[in-house]
Amino acid sequence: MATVRARSESVADAAARSAATQTGVGSARVPWFLILPLTLLVVWTVAVDRQWVTQGIVPSPVQVAKSWHRWIFGGPGLGLSPYSGTWLANVMYSARRVLEGFLLAAVVGIPLGLFIGWNRLVARVVDPSIQLLRPVPITAWLPFSIAVFGIYDASALFLIGLGAFYPIVVNTTHGVRDTNLLLLRAARMLGAGPGTILTKVVFRSALPSIFTGLRLGIGVAWTAVIVAEMIAVKSGLGYVLWDAYYVGRMDICVATMFSVGLLGFASDRILQLIARWFLRWRALEAVA
Amino acid sequence: MPPVVELVDVWKEFVTGRRRVEALQAIDVAIARNEFAALLGPSGCGKSTLLNMVAGFDAPTRGRALFNGEPVRAPDPRRGVVFQEPALFPWYTVRDNLAFGPRTQGLTATQYDPKVQLFVDQVGLTGFESHYPAELSGGMKQRVGIARVLVMEPEVLLMDEPFGSLDAQTRSVMQELLLAVWERHHQTVLFVTHDIEEALLLADSVFVMTARPGRIKKRLAVDLPRPRALEVTTSPYFNEMKRDVLALIREESLRAAGER
Repeated sequence: MATVRARSESVADAAARSAATQTGVGSARVPWFLILPLTLLVVWTVAVDRQWVTQGIVPSPVQVAKSWHRWIFGGPGLGLSPYSGTWLANVMYSARRVLEGFLLAAVVGIPLGLFIGWNRLVARVVDPSIQLLRPVPITAWLPFSIAVFGIYDASALFLIGLGAFYPIVVNTTHGVRDTNLLLLRAARMLGAGPGTILTKVVFRSALPSIFTGLRLGIGVAWTAVIVAEMIAVKSGLGYVLWDAYYVGRMDICVATMFSVGLLGFASDRILQLIARWFLRWRALEAVA
Repeated sequence: MPPVVELVDVWKEFVTGRRRVEALQAIDVAIARNEFAALLGPSGCGKSTLLNMVAGFDAPTRGRALFNGEPVRAPDPRRGVVFQEPALFPWYTVRDNLAFGPRTQGLTATQYDPKVQLFVDQVGLTGFESHYPAELSGGMKQRVGIARVLVMEPEVLLMDEPFGSLDAQTRSVMQELLLAVWERHHQTVLFVTHDIEEALLLADSVFVMTARPGRIKKRLAVDLPRPRALEVTTSPYFNEMKRDVLALIREESLRAAGER
């Protein structure tokens, strides 16, 4: 058994070594990712300062930062500005809609994708319709959605759910079809029936693809929530964005854009962390 | 007592588009209980196809594949398969890979845990229970593949070139391991290989197959005492047998090469 043990230790060594070289390449804790944003920030500041852009339309970074701060924490004195201290409330509106719509899309999309990938009959019946509807952008669904669901949360939920549904169902289907035939045979040979195979083999094997779909889906969900809130409901970041545009508050518009970007980024990172935990067996594969 | 595994006048034809490929012709094979049978033939002779039909992954075009006298209809845990690729579930640890079968049978952890541990120990993987397949070497993966099937206590062990992708040293170690495991359980085994020494070392009987379309050319009985160890491969009897089989195989390889 000694040789076998040595073998597994060498795998661990390789992992340690590759981790070491990875930090080595980036060299000495330079925050490389900050270089580009900082450069853009400088260009932006200079452009506004030197009046390269039309005055009064593009706000300066400082102006945006001040308005954003006030929007988050509120300002001194009487809150004449409608945006004073309302940031968190609006973030919560949008985040809740994204979460609800996204979960709805996942709850429908993952099982449906499993069945489309697994069963040829289901694929023949359902898949063509999905592929036909998929090219219709969610923005095109707006009038229909408002007409059917009205200017309520249901309308936003429909648009977000629909937008996130497509990448989730398509990637799940793809993952199921990619399942190794040998693993299916192994499972059958060990006495597994269709139910066990679907949940313990096919689903597990499709999980990396499913997470790809979920990550794409949550991105679409943030796009959809802004579109929906701009028109179909009266709260949330999208509503603020459109409202601020109407009253000429470009500083708030820009602050909203940053907010959406950061929230989208954060939700993707959370999904990535969840995926990493579920797919920890795969991280080991990359090392070995 | 009927043979555990029996193939009666089995023919197999593959049709892809307009092309028809005759894979197997008039195969008659019978394997008795506790017999270790090897299926030996050049690559592409249809020996894996034959094994797949016994396993229930594939059906004969003509003829019958029987298990305990009953036609084979679907895969069954009583006929455990060890594949050339280990085909482990990569998202399960070694222990969970072994527990897959018992769990499917509806056993609880307290029921199967001792048995899982027993077979982990028997294939020499003690201490690796919580490892994922990606952390194991090729030989270790194949040990898991074997143990996963043994846990089910199958009546027949179907092995499809299980050591074919291993390096020579690991292969010898695995052959000895298999011999040791077999001495303990005496399962009926159908072992597919293209390695003459491997077939002679392991098996009681060797079915030598022809090149495509595959037919059974000859059945040889290997009268080597058991328990066997790698050392028998140097005995005069072993070498004599090897020479005979080599001649049979060479005939086939030449014929196959000539036809191309």
